Amino acid sequence: MQTLLRTPLYERHRALGARMVPFAGWEMPIQYEGVIPEHRAVREDCGVFDVSHMGELDVEGPQARALLQSLLSNDLDRVEVGGAQYTLLTNERGGIVDDLIVYRLEGGRYLLVVNASNRDADYEWLKDRERPGSDIRDVSDRYSLLAVQGPRSLERLGLGDAPAFTFEMGEIDGVECVINRTGYTGEAGVELMAMAEDSEQLWDAILARGAKPCGLGARDTLRLEVCYPLHGNDIGPETDAISAGLGWVCALDKEFTGVEELRRIKADGPERKLVAFVMQDAGIPRQGMAIAEGGEVTSGSHSPMLDRGIGMGYVPAEHASPGSTLTIDIRGRERRAEVVPKPIYKREES
Amino acid sequence: MAADETYPDGLQYHSEHDWARIDGDEATLGVTWFAQDALGELVHYEPPEEGAEIAKGSSYGEVESVKAVSDLIAPLSGVIVEINQKVVAEPETVNDDPYGEGWLVRIRLSDASEAEDLMDAGAYKSFVAEQ
Repeated sequence: MQTLLRTPLYERHRALGARMVPFAGWEMPIQYEGVIPEHRAVREDCGVFDVSHMGELDVEGPQARALLQSLLSNDLDRVEVGGAQYTLLTNERGGIVDDLIVYRLEGGRYLLVVNASNRDADYEWLKDRERPGSDIRDVSDRYSLLAVQGPRSLERLGLGDAPAFTFEMGEIDGVECVINRTGYTGEAGVELMAMAEDSEQLWDAILARGAKPCGLGARDTLRLEVCYPLHGNDIGPETDAISAGLGWVCALDKEFTGVEELRRIKADGPERKLVAFVMQDAGIPRQGMAIAEGGEVTSGSHSPMLDRGIGMGYVPAEHASPGSTLTIDIRGRERRAEVVPKPIYKREES
Repeated sequence: MAADETYPDGLQYHSEHDWARIDGDEATLGVTWFAQDALGELVHYEPPEEGAEIAKGSSYGEVESVKAVSDLIAPLSGVIVEINQKVVAEPETVNDDPYGEGWLVRIRLSDASEAEDLMDAGAYKSFVAEQ
C-alpha cells in the first residue's frame, strides 16, 4: 500500500471542499469550485495554488556553481544573486531529466525548485555527480510554496512591480517569505516560499486578500494555453530540448551533460517538433491519442479561453509549421486540428 | 450555476447514472445530477446520429469535462429520433438543468418491457448514497 504525502495545507483544502486526487505521490486538490471558474479567475483577476508538493534542492559550496554549470543546460553565469533562471537537467543523450528553476542565493548557494514527480530522481542525479566542495541537500519538507497568479495578483498582495525571474525576502501580512517573480500560468504573479509551519497563516492571508483557491486542474489548463511544457507529458528523458522548442534555455556554447548531442540535433534540424494545435473540429484531444501525420498528443485538454480543444504533440518537421493540418484520432473518430504559433492563448493588448 | 442535488420522481434510473423519461413508445434520456457532479462542468457532448440504434447497457455517446471523458450508457434500447442541439452547442446546460433543458437524446423504444428493471427515484437515491 502506498501512502500519499500531504502538504501542510491539506486540512485547508478539505475545509474548502476541494476534490483531492493522487498526484506524483501527493494527495492534492484538483479543484475547489471547478476548473473553469478557477481558470478564469487567474486570467481575469487572481488565483492561489498550493504547490508545496514541488521539491526544493539546496546546492552549496565553493564548487556549487561549477557543478551546476556542468549539469544544467542554461548559462548560470547570466544569473546574478537575487535572480532566477528556467533551465533543464539533461542526460547524456540530450534528454530532459527535469525542467526546473534555479535561484541564486548569496554566498555561492543555489536553490533548485523541481517537479514533485522528479524530486527523488533529481536528488539522486545530483548526488551521484557531487564533487568535493559541493553539498546537495533535499530541503523540500522545510518549505511551502504558494503560487499567486493573475493580472490583479500584485495589487491584491500589495506588492510592487519587479522584473520576472528575480526574488527578494519580504512579508505578506506579517508572514515572512521569499517573493519569487515566477509562475506557470502566463499571467503576472509571484510564487511565495514560506516556512512550512507558516503556510496556513500565509494561505489564509492570501485568501483574505481576495485570491480564489485554484487546483491542479486549472494549473494544467492554464499552462497548456500558454504552451509551458509539463515534464512527464511533453518533455522527458527520451525527448531532447531542441525538438521540444527549448533551445532557448540551452547554452550550446558551454559544456554540459548531453551538449554534443544537442549541438548535433540543432545542426541537423530536429526530425520531430513539439507543436501546439487548436481543434478545428469538435472534440477534445487527450494525452496518448495518435496523430495521423505522425506522433501523438502529449498534452490535450479543453481551453476555457478559446472554448475549444487544444493540445501539444511531437509531429514530423514537415507538418510542424503553423497552418498545417493535423488529424487526431479521438477514440476512433478522425478530427482535424491546426498547428498554431505558441503560445496558444495570448492576452489581447489593450 | 450548477443545479442542486435532486432525483425527480417519475423518471426511471440506470445504475450507470442515466435517467429515462418514458412517454408512450418514446423516451427522453439524460444523465443524473450525480453523474454531472462527478464529471464537473461539461465542455463537450459527442452525440449519436439520428436514426442510430442504441442498446440498453451500451454506450451511445460521450460527455467530457475538462479533465474526464465519460461514456453515455443507454438505460433503454431504441432508435434515436432527436438530439438535443442545445447541449451540443452549450454542454454546460447539463450541469445547470440535468433533467430539463440538459436532456441528451429522444428515442423510439424497441422494447418497452426493458423499463421494468430500472430503478425508481427512491431506489436510485439509496443506490447513490452507497457510492
